[in-house]
Amino acid sequence: MARRVLPGLPLSLGITLVYVCLIVALPLGALVFKAASLGPEAYWEIVSSDRALASYRVTVLCAFAATVFNLVFGFALAWVLVRYRFPGRRLIDALVDLPFALPTAVAGIALTTLFAQNGWFGAALAGVGIKVAYTPLGIIVAMAFTSLPFIVRTVQPVLEELDPALEEAAQSLGGSDGSIFVRVILPLLAPAILAGVSLSFARSLGEFGAIIFIAGNQPFETEITALLTFIRLEEYDYQAAAAIASVLLITAFVMLAVTNLLQARALRYTVKA
Amino acid sequence: MNSKEMTRPRRKQPPRVGDHPAFRRSLLAVVILITLLMVVAPLLVIGVQAFSLGIGYFGETIANSDTRHAILLTALTALIAVPINTVFGIAAAWAITKFDFPGRRFLLVVIEIPFSISPIVAGVSYLFVYGLQGLFGDMLQSADVKILFALPGIVLASLFVTAPFVARELIPLMQAQGRDLEEAATSLGASGWRTFFSVTLPNIKWAMLYGIVLCNARVMGEFGAVSVVSGNIRGQTNTLPLHIELLYHDYNTVGAFAAASILALLAVVTLIAKVALERRGAGRRPTLAAPAPQTEI
Repeated sequence: MARRVLPGLPLSLGITLVYVCLIVALPLGALVFKAASLGPEAYWEIVSSDRALASYRVTVLCAFAATVFNLVFGFALAWVLVRYRFPGRRLIDALVDLPFALPTAVAGIALTTLFAQNGWFGAALAGVGIKVAYTPLGIIVAMAFTSLPFIVRTVQPVLEELDPALEEAAQSLGGSDGSIFVRVILPLLAPAILAGVSLSFARSLGEFGAIIFIAGNQPFETEITALLTFIRLEEYDYQAAAAIASVLLITAFVMLAVTNLLQARALRYTVKA
Repeated sequence: MNSKEMTRPRRKQPPRVGDHPAFRRSLLAVVILITLLMVVAPLLVIGVQAFSLGIGYFGETIANSDTRHAILLTALTALIAVPINTVFGIAAAWAITKFDFPGRRFLLVVIEIPFSISPIVAGVSYLFVYGLQGLFGDMLQSADVKILFALPGIVLASLFVTAPFVARELIPLMQAQGRDLEEAATSLGASGWRTFFSVTLPNIKWAMLYGIVLCNARVMGEFGAVSVVSGNIRGQTNTLPLHIELLYHDYNTVGAFAAASILALLAVVTLIAKVALERRGAGRRPTLAAPAPQTEI
């Protein structure tokens, strides 16, 4: 290790550690402490109650559906942005980030209005008998909107760096477009796609603001776990709120670990270029 | 973003995969259509709804004292939270990229934690620190200090959700820039502060601004975490996103969209600033919204 010549370690590290402890670790610790103080039996009873289980099911299934949609559409979007030149490309490239820039509550009321019975989309869909607002479909729409940028932004840079020579080689060996895509391009993009998928899924699991407006929020039907936590708080049932929030926290940590692993792998492929 | 194609030698290339005109045209059409429906339509509907009762009604809603208060509270929160997280971001980036110490990688992961956590969990966690049933609840009550359901609670929750924004822009950049320049400056006798302000800061200013812009957008738009800790007291602890919810549930849809249009405008300005800063080289990383894992120096 080189001799330390730069100043400022105690100050910068001090600020960082104190801040991380006060702002991040202390509250999360308090939550874990509160949930742990329930005791295993009471804790288990809350987190495995029928209503909680139903909320996990709704949240996970909708997040899964939203992620599958974003996997296909996000990939197509990244492909179009990287491979094709067309008027308005830069504008669309910039618009991809709108779901991150637009506050979730604003997205929530906008999507609800679009998909309500008399809304632009809702009226058209009602004609074919599809109801989106106040159904699980609405939750999926809100989740897909808020997590749209993840897969686009993880796939895009890797796609840009892809060496055309690999495709040319495959073509000269007589591969069809379809088989080159499946056997050459997809495997190279797989780590980036997986990383994007896990980020997108994690975000959908925790999303709150955009969903509660469009979901209808019926217990057992359209109630997500984050909302159930919020409802328990409003009922002053702090123990239940702590227990259910701790489930979300554990899920977040598991997803964080998965994402970091996948990203470390994805980075190995991007950094080389 | 695509400077690559400039450097690539121009030569006659065989059609690449997916370049078949019919395929290309149909994929392009589908993608553009879905983007319009999914991203442009929500933006459009906000504008249309906000002005659906005329510009007079729009003006009335914005001028309403509760709305004005919500705007001011949101601006004030950003004014406090953004500088604090900027200082934190710089300190964290300096410590992590200019020195080697055990636990560096762990610290990197910890800094990114708030991004992975549901805003509701963040809000609930703060309740168990500063709320009546929380760790410091009794202490705070006997000292008559109000943190929750007041400005400090709103600021704290905002600090949590946006803690990583500036740090994650600076860390990869400063990592890539290395330590040589700073070491040269200090060996020539510059003080630490002088080194930072005249050597480091000019090199990181656009990335820092990029982080600040994104941090600001998130602080002003945060809903979940703030709704838990603010108590939603109309005209007192209602930030703009919470005020939008309130108006919406009061069946004042047009009012809600009028208030929302301010935040939508902020989002558009944020996107424009983002693109402008990206042209100056900020924000270029393998992933935009993801914790970028660090490779060893």
